[in-house]
Amino acid sequence: MEALFFNVHAGFIEGIVRGYRSGLLTTQQYHNLTQCDTLEDFRMQLSQTDYGNFLANEPSPITTSTIHAKATQVLVDQFNYMRANAVEPLSTFLEYMTYAYMIDNVILLITGTLHERDTHELLERCHPLGVFDTMPALCVATNVEELYHSVLVETPLAPYFRDCLSASDLDDLNIELIRNTLYRAYLEDFHKFCSTLPGPTPDVMHQILAFEADRRTLNITINSFHSSLSKDQRARLFPNIGRLFPEGNNALARADDLEGVKNACEYIGQYRAFFDTTGQGQTNGSSALGLEDTDAALTRLENAFFAHEVHLNKLSFLQQFQYGVFYSFVKLKEQEIRSLTWIAECIAQEAKDRVEDFVPIW
Amino acid sequence: MGVVTYTSYLAVFIIVLITLYLLFAGQGEWFNIGHFLEESSPYMWSMVGVGLCIGLSVLGAGWGIFITGASILGGGVRTPRIRTKNLISIIFCEVVAIYGVIMAIIFSSKFAYIPESDLRTPSNYYTGFALFWGGLTVGVCNLLCGISVGITGSNAALADAADPTLFVKILIVEVFGSIMGLFGLIVGLLMASKANSFTAMEKAAVPL
Repeated sequence: MEALFFNVHAGFIEGIVRGYRSGLLTTQQYHNLTQCDTLEDFRMQLSQTDYGNFLANEPSPITTSTIHAKATQVLVDQFNYMRANAVEPLSTFLEYMTYAYMIDNVILLITGTLHERDTHELLERCHPLGVFDTMPALCVATNVEELYHSVLVETPLAPYFRDCLSASDLDDLNIELIRNTLYRAYLEDFHKFCSTLPGPTPDVMHQILAFEADRRTLNITINSFHSSLSKDQRARLFPNIGRLFPEGNNALARADDLEGVKNACEYIGQYRAFFDTTGQGQTNGSSALGLEDTDAALTRLENAFFAHEVHLNKLSFLQQFQYGVFYSFVKLKEQEIRSLTWIAECIAQEAKDRVEDFVPIW
Repeated sequence: MGVVTYTSYLAVFIIVLITLYLLFAGQGEWFNIGHFLEESSPYMWSMVGVGLCIGLSVLGAGWGIFITGASILGGGVRTPRIRTKNLISIIFCEVVAIYGVIMAIIFSSKFAYIPESDLRTPSNYYTGFALFWGGLTVGVCNLLCGISVGITGSNAALADAADPTLFVKILIVEVFGSIMGLFGLIVGLLMASKANSFTAMEKAAVPL
């Protein structure tokens, strides 16, 4: 039924976003980019892709950070165009997508203030999609209560913040707790919002959000092994959605090492595959499981997560008349910017042997 | 969709209410479908049939065109080459309205003015009912055909924008969708071909 009415409000903008999707770099273009010897070549190659002349006005010794900033600007422009053309409920959907960046920005600012960084420098580093008006005021807050009442109560993040008001002081661990609590509330809320949308949107979005939630759960678990976080606190950070919920989440809450994490994921075929490769990596290395070895395994796990995320986001383009494409496009574009930055970094540092370690999309 | 559901519930509720009122007030024989069919003028049936035929066809065509059109416009922003090719989808939708127009013209050729006293002959009743149900058949067929072609056309536009080789493949699906309207047209033609034009009752035949 959604096909009958979807195009009334979102047909045009869906066509646009699919057009943007066609502009994502292909394997051939990535291949050409990896062949470049200098960043000047890199710029030349990029100008033949969908990016066009976005670097044309930059002074000649071009840096990786400029490329990153400019590419992000392209994404932001496209996103703003979508937002300008969106009507309800798509505009709310796009609004929800920016909350994730807002959370990141809030955390970045609090952390920066804690370490006494310069406010302006911090504001420049914020993600442009998550900018909100009262953001500079975040830098003056010294405890959570103050933070909430002076700044966040007016932002859309306010309801998510209620859960972390109990944390009193702002130190590194607490900030990390706040970030994960916020993100958990955000994911659950977004999940709930998607359920209210008509047609295949919830089907597509729930898959992606479930994976996002599971990925966070796994990351929290793995990162908490060597920290002072208690298991009880850890369990409270897990989102109550996702394929691991509830059984896997319980197992993860009790896990003590990577082996425990692996066992918790045993029931889900796709997740098991991530650990198969990491498992091999460990046995091939020293049996003593040194810290470096675990790090390598974690990096590989991280890459597997990215690859799976790209896979899920690609799937959402297979279905028409739903909002998942908007979310997926932004995620794929982000991944592309990450890949571009990685390639540019490798070229700048002449580390050609690692240049292939990005996640290609098409 | 909620509005449609609630409106239909309301309609059913009101009908049941009136039915029960008439039944318990001792006027149940008012519900006499045969009586209603005989009472109502054959003109009413035939005119409503023609109206439904053209109205539903145009509704289907218009609906299809806007579904396709929105996608062509959106897809055409980044890939302008799709715009001319995909006009074929718009034409397929438009054809559906033309079917409706053709049938409405054929149906209306049966009309003729007959005085009320000479109107109620079996032949005229048959013409009235044939045109009504024929019009409804053609109209509903074309409505659904137009929507189906519209949705497929929207798929075709976006698929073409992503990968030009897909255009012909989806076009075949679309052609099969648009044939369904033709089925309605043929059946409508057959139904109407049996019906005579409205003719006056022969005076000699009523010596009673």
